[in-house]
Amino acid sequence: MSATTQPRLTDIGPPHYEKYLHPLIKKNYGQWKYHENLAPGIYCHVAESGDRIYTVRAGTPRLLSIQTLRIFADLADKYSGGYLRFTSRNNLEFLLDDPARIEPLKQELIALGYPVGGTNNAISNIVHTQGWIHCHSSATDASGLVKCVMDAVYDRFTHEDLPAKLRIAVACCLNMCGAVHCSDIAILGVHRLPPKIQPTLPRVCEVPTLIAACPTGAIRPATVDGKNSVAVVEQQCMYCGNCYTVCPAMPMNDAENDGLSIWVGGKVSNARSAPMFSKLAIPFLPNNPPRWPEVVEAVVKIVDVYAKHARKYERVGEWIERIGWPRFFQLTGFEFTRYHIDDFKHAALTYARSAHVRY
Amino acid sequence: MPDDRPKTELLDELEKGPWPSFVKEIKSAGQTSASAQDLLRQLELSYQEKKGHWKHGGLVGVLGYGGGVIGRYSDAGEQFPDVAQFHTIRVNQPAGWFYTSEALRTICDIWERHGSGLTNMHGSTGDLILLGTRTAELEPAFQELAQAGFDLGGSGSSFRTPSCCVGMARCEWACYDAMKLCYDLTMAYQDEMHRPPFPYKFKVKCAACPNDCVAAIARADLSIIGTWRDDIQVDESAVTGYASAGLNIQKDVCDLCPSRCMAWDGHKLSIENRECVRCMHCINVMPKALRPGKERGAVIMIGGKAPIMQGALLSSVLVPFVPADELLDTLKELIRRVWDFWDEYGNNRERVGELIQRVGLPAFLDGIGLDPVPEMVSAPRDNPYIFYQAAKEGEK
Repeated sequence: MSATTQPRLTDIGPPHYEKYLHPLIKKNYGQWKYHENLAPGIYCHVAESGDRIYTVRAGTPRLLSIQTLRIFADLADKYSGGYLRFTSRNNLEFLLDDPARIEPLKQELIALGYPVGGTNNAISNIVHTQGWIHCHSSATDASGLVKCVMDAVYDRFTHEDLPAKLRIAVACCLNMCGAVHCSDIAILGVHRLPPKIQPTLPRVCEVPTLIAACPTGAIRPATVDGKNSVAVVEQQCMYCGNCYTVCPAMPMNDAENDGLSIWVGGKVSNARSAPMFSKLAIPFLPNNPPRWPEVVEAVVKIVDVYAKHARKYERVGEWIERIGWPRFFQLTGFEFTRYHIDDFKHAALTYARSAHVRY
Repeated sequence: MPDDRPKTELLDELEKGPWPSFVKEIKSAGQTSASAQDLLRQLELSYQEKKGHWKHGGLVGVLGYGGGVIGRYSDAGEQFPDVAQFHTIRVNQPAGWFYTSEALRTICDIWERHGSGLTNMHGSTGDLILLGTRTAELEPAFQELAQAGFDLGGSGSSFRTPSCCVGMARCEWACYDAMKLCYDLTMAYQDEMHRPPFPYKFKVKCAACPNDCVAAIARADLSIIGTWRDDIQVDESAVTGYASAGLNIQKDVCDLCPSRCMAWDGHKLSIENRECVRCMHCINVMPKALRPGKERGAVIMIGGKAPIMQGALLSSVLVPFVPADELLDTLKELIRRVWDFWDEYGNNRERVGELIQRVGLPAFLDGIGLDPVPEMVSAPRDNPYIFYQAAKEGEK
């Protein structure tokens, strides 16, 4: 109705952030002096003016109903003057000016089922993709994996007892719509069979686009029943699903052969070591919904071994660099296979090019 | 009355355990939304078959925009008619993901009228995601959002919705105003965001310090990472305070400094600032005692991306330092030159980082008119295959 009575609006951009800032934040914007971590999930930021703003952080499943968002809004009205925000890892944060309200808010969040934590040397919430909830190329579900892994490492979210922060990500295919490639632990859905080309390509599928979509040049033009189509050089396919993204007649999903791979040691922060990519730990685990026991076991194993052996401040990748990959495989019991050795572009950069061997 | 609620034996397993459950969320949306119920039914089938049931199928969107909506169709639409069309609307989030309760309720009310009642807070790029609606609801939902002050984000080969860390709003380490820069860049490129003009997507992320809480270096074609050029600010009495409180400054700070630029004699911390690489470790460990310098700005990096197509890349240094107050103008000029070069030479579905890999950083620098500086490389080349250029006229 409003659209007919008011002029149609376009390109107005997002609302200006200032209208959503807590008055204390607006007053001390750019004038923060230091912060303290009062407890897991609780920060106090102190401004040059002496003002203090308290943050209470809670984990969410990212997929939220409007019913739950309204509950969050009510909590914000009750405890934080109506001000709240979300973090880059799908946590919810309430911004309080009164420290006396921290504990009641925390207790109410916990009672509602939203754990308080995720700060400092904890496992924060898992960055993840859509999976079977909404994605066409997913090899697995993402929300389900996140739920199972976070159930298993729940105490690591509510406590800060790891050597350093630990960031987990889940992506349901090689497109990696999440920072999976730079996470301490990454869970990646994989296909293992080339696309099954359907007999006739619909009009939306253009042969040149399809050929260009393949990272390894595995797609070639072909004539099928006198019509323009494509063929896949199967040995060259690494199952990324990119062709399926540009052409629905190249489906990848395969219940028996799709599964998960586990990657470790990535980071984005510049603290101490430079940012690093995650590296392959386990090339394949079965896709086993609804609770994915094999994946959960592998992640818990990595976390436990890391917690036991890493030094203070060492991220997973830094710890492995110090002890060496042979010891990582020994400590975790994961098998080292031919799949762990890179054979794509620049592969030789990852080969051991020194006589530095730990015995 | 028969119980026609979805039967979800497998998904019910995901309501168990301490972490908040997305299944519970879909069920609560299902109280008022038929599409949330069908989503649950289709998802249960996916869990049974270990297979997704979504497909692409033609572009959908709102009038005059070429992006902001992800078209999604069920491949089992007859079985699950209420998710036969289940498109996603990407709503450009407020910078820093700050909201008021009132703003959240406004979004909820619009989405109750026009969609499934399910959201993602937030999507991987940063947008507020409204998950699942029919084609006919897109335009009305968009116009109600616009009247409430919200607009759509980017999708496809467009300027994607920029995102930023919390920055100066609540962090003492912010070396530039990341929320303002994020907002200003978003407003400057509304056309490029809503009408995809590029060979492929272009992502910008603003991180106000080298801790990079928005993963700018890994996830953005253009990564703007705050840093400083002068000396780390030291409060000596606070350093002593940390030491007497039990912090092992030698072991936990000096020994972990990547350029070994710090020394601790038991009383005084000395820093060779010329050798400091601005990694943030010492500041992270002693936030009350150490702070970034006063001459603040950002390092501009280019080319980061996830694997598709030619492999994952981290962004690399393009401009080692831009003072905070010059950032917006410098970036606008730089972005114009990068887009011109990419338009001219980029292949279809080739990100800027991959274009640089293909043509080489020197040719890219020539193309955008930037002089090479040693900060751009970890080391000079170690191979002698140099393609010498003929001397230009007037040069020796």
